[in-house]
Amino acid sequence: MTAFRFDGRDVNFEPGQTVGAALIATGVFSWRTTRRHSRPRGYFCGIGVCFDCLITVEGVPNLQACLVLAEPAMVVASQIGTGHDDLS
Amino acid sequence: VVVVGAGIVGAACALYATRAGLEVTVLERRAVGAGTTGAGEGNLLVSDKVAGPELTLALRSMRLWSELADEFGAESLEYERKGAVVVARQVEALAALRELASDQARHGVDSEVVDGPGLRELEPELADGFAGGVLYPGDAQVQPALAAARILRAALDEGAQLRLGREVTGVTLSDGRIGSVTTSDGPIAADFVVNAAGTWAGELARRFGAAIPVMPRRGFILVTEPLPPVIRHKVYSADYVANVASSDAGLETSPVVEGTRSGTVLIGASRERVGFSRTISLPVVRQLAAQAIELFPLLGSINLMRVYLGFRPYCPDHLPIVGADARVPGLLHACGHEGAGIGLAPATGEMIAALLAQRVPSVDDAAFGPSRFAEWAA
Repeated sequence: MTAFRFDGRDVNFEPGQTVGAALIATGVFSWRTTRRHSRPRGYFCGIGVCFDCLITVEGVPNLQACLVLAEPAMVVASQIGTGHDDLS
Repeated sequence: VVVVGAGIVGAACALYATRAGLEVTVLERRAVGAGTTGAGEGNLLVSDKVAGPELTLALRSMRLWSELADEFGAESLEYERKGAVVVARQVEALAALRELASDQARHGVDSEVVDGPGLRELEPELADGFAGGVLYPGDAQVQPALAAARILRAALDEGAQLRLGREVTGVTLSDGRIGSVTTSDGPIAADFVVNAAGTWAGELARRFGAAIPVMPRRGFILVTEPLPPVIRHKVYSADYVANVASSDAGLETSPVVEGTRSGTVLIGASRERVGFSRTISLPVVRQLAAQAIELFPLLGSINLMRVYLGFRPYCPDHLPIVGADARVPGLLHACGHEGAGIGLAPATGEMIAALLAQRVPSVDDAAFGPSRFAEWAA
């Protein structure tokens, strides 16, 4: 079984699965909060159009979980707001 | 009165003409703000305008925008007086900016010359090595499609009519002047027709038998991922003013960078005359991104979310065409604003309304009439 790290724990995935698909398959439905009202967000369109499923991968925020292919030992984190607290 | 085009200019013409007591119908072949307006950034600028008729029109328009924001609520237009900062690397360029600002000041434009450390205070993330710049606190922005819709809504509430999905194909004359417009869905009686078709105004004017030189000039805008508020003003380089005034058909780019309320950073500005080609040009995108990073190095590690392009209605002398066309009695033009149409829309609408109501416009309309292109048309 292969896994990536999500918020400090292992999430198993099948080869070819996206980060978003693997998260949903393990019962995680929300991995970011909105910028203004901190509401939970996860999968919506699932095809790279809506930008709702933004996530931080290897320290890079605002990637679309539905497009990023999962890789073994990849470090994935929930995204809070813009994901750019380093700039504020 | 039939207004052709439900962009920002058509909306403003409809509002002010309705308020002048005229019976107005707006015809639009697609959707409100779907053409020239929706592809713009929504800039309301005086900073990039040299003293002359366009600056006079722009100053009047800034006042009207502020009144519209008071009337409808700034939020409903996303009207924001964020201010513009024009920056210069070299002392020579700064001297030219200072001269421009003092000339503009004689015509009532507020500005403040700042040195290098002053710039750093205004924009902490700006790159090192700038000699200084000029702050224009009055420059503002609206969300253009939203603003067009809000202004049109007000016109409709006050009695104007809107018909979407109607393409205008020509005019029919009776007794030597306009009697009706012909459309994809039958004729509509009209004494006056206002050509507010944006970048397509040249084509529409040809259908009326009154050709005017309005041509598409393509511009790209880059949109970054949303950031915390790190860029506070509209910031652009001194080169931008020169590019706006140029008539070169080839590609010109100069960095224009601004944060928006939603957090995205908008990066422009490119100009090139390539007809109505909608091909995305990667070299242009690269060049705009590189220039923006030269202004704000932190953008180097930020992702672009999307790129969009639009066609600015370019006129050879860089002035809009606003006024009656003697070749087709009853026809008025309100077009050719190039990249300044959002900013100039209210004053254009007010001028059209005054001309329709046979009143003296509050801004002298002499410089804007279509007759200046008589030789071109002949």
